[in-house]
Amino acid sequence: MLEQLARLGRVGITFLKHLGRANLLLFNILSGVGEVLRRPRLLIAQIYSVGVLSVLIISVSGTFVGMVLGLQGYYILSQFGAEQTLGVMVSASLVRELGPVVAALLFAGRAGSALTAEIGLMKATEQLSGLEMMAVNPIRRVLTPRFFAGFISMPLLAALFGALGVLGGYFVGVGLLGVDDGAYWSQMQSKIDLNKDIYNGVIKSLVFGVVCSWIALFQGYDAVPTSEGVSRSTTRTVVHSSLAVLGLDFVLTALMFGE
Amino acid sequence: MSDTTQIEEPLVKIRGLTFRRGSRAIFDGIDIDIQRGKVTAIMGPSGTGKTTLLKLIGGQLRPDAGTIHVDGQDIHALNTRELYKLRMRMGMLFQSGALLTDISVFENVAYPIREHTDLPESMIRKLLLLKLEAVGLRGARDLMPSELSGGMARRVALARAMVLDPMMIMYDEPFTGQDPISMGVLVKLIRKLNDASRLSSIIVSHDVQETAQIADQIYVISNGRVIESGSPERIMNSELEWTDQFVHGHADGPVPFHYPAADLDEDLLSGSRMESSC
Repeated sequence: MLEQLARLGRVGITFLKHLGRANLLLFNILSGVGEVLRRPRLLIAQIYSVGVLSVLIISVSGTFVGMVLGLQGYYILSQFGAEQTLGVMVSASLVRELGPVVAALLFAGRAGSALTAEIGLMKATEQLSGLEMMAVNPIRRVLTPRFFAGFISMPLLAALFGALGVLGGYFVGVGLLGVDDGAYWSQMQSKIDLNKDIYNGVIKSLVFGVVCSWIALFQGYDAVPTSEGVSRSTTRTVVHSSLAVLGLDFVLTALMFGE
Repeated sequence: MSDTTQIEEPLVKIRGLTFRRGSRAIFDGIDIDIQRGKVTAIMGPSGTGKTTLLKLIGGQLRPDAGTIHVDGQDIHALNTRELYKLRMRMGMLFQSGALLTDISVFENVAYPIREHTDLPESMIRKLLLLKLEAVGLRGARDLMPSELSGGMARRVALARAMVLDPMMIMYDEPFTGQDPISMGVLVKLIRKLNDASRLSSIIVSHDVQETAQIADQIYVISNGRVIESGSPERIMNSELEWTDQFVHGHADGPVPFHYPAADLDEDLLSGSRMESSC
């Protein structure tokens, strides 16, 4: 019993130590914002690497998710004779939930894991130590631009995901299943609210961008500098980011849409 | 009189240095002086904390006790700005080279200059070509780090370490894993650069012959203490049993060949007993 209690205590202390280190890292990353403003090319290069290179997977996924929503939505709504509201259903699902959440999960899987592996390998091959010895702060020089690249890219990727999803739903609903073209767009236009739907979706994706980038960079920076250590950290990035996104989505949804 | 004292003051002065990892003492109150303009070697078997010592000198690790003064400044009492200012005068050659893998040889060597100076591009180019020429790799400037051999990577890292004309360079196992030609080149380069650029060099290594060829002073460390120090001749002819074993590579001695274990006969018999009981 005592041993189990001690084990629980050790787990708690380890967790708090991790959290402390992660918060300290975030503080150091944010304090390097001046470096990013002074050298915007660093940020642009990372936006390309983190954001632009994720466009393909986001586009394909967004289109297919929208197509599936169109198909499923049509079969359900047609049972109640409400298939003309398909546009609202597809767009509300994408803008409020699926856009920010699925885009964040895909971002964690593609860009987050790549960030962790890159930083972890830079640590393992002493590149970060090398920068320190060249009197260059590796957090500000390497981590800060990557963090802000994730922060900026995430809402744009979520918007792209949502837009292509709406088009995917249109293709299936209007193109294949015969929903009225005008009804699809006009219902969407009248029911989707700028503040309640669009802005809240953007806020969600900004929060997810911060969390996914923070987790990915922390896991890379804190990785045990061996091939196994980097591999474990990369896995942890995907798992922790996914859980954080899903958990935070519930909290944010409750705050935004709760009475 | 005061001028003479100034000149004789060691570039790096380590006093009472204690550093622990968990309960294990890596260094237990060691004193080391690194003289200006000399090549000083820190030697000892793997796992004795030689690389840790370089990280302590570079301010990347903090000691549990003791002080390290570099050019008269207590490195662990400096704030970040002062520490980075001092590091601009220190070069370090990592065991792996630590080249940035996403930029070319030229850009790797140019990196410290671009970070810390506002020199025009034409001047950076000339300076870099001279530095790369010094390490024999001017023709390899457009290659990526992944296209270099281990020896070439270390020479590029050496060019990068000296590009800001530092007062000292620290070498972490520079000869490990090198073929005889690369090793010969590195041995000569380190000595030549030290003398030509009036540097002070610290070499951490367990390659006895190569290091003894170019060192002015050798410290032999083991079990957290300095076992012996002196000129290469003195170390190579040492009568201390430990130093003799290390320098001449005897399999057994004060450092045992066998990892501590139970008696062999007992171990074998206990295996037979286990089999019969099954």
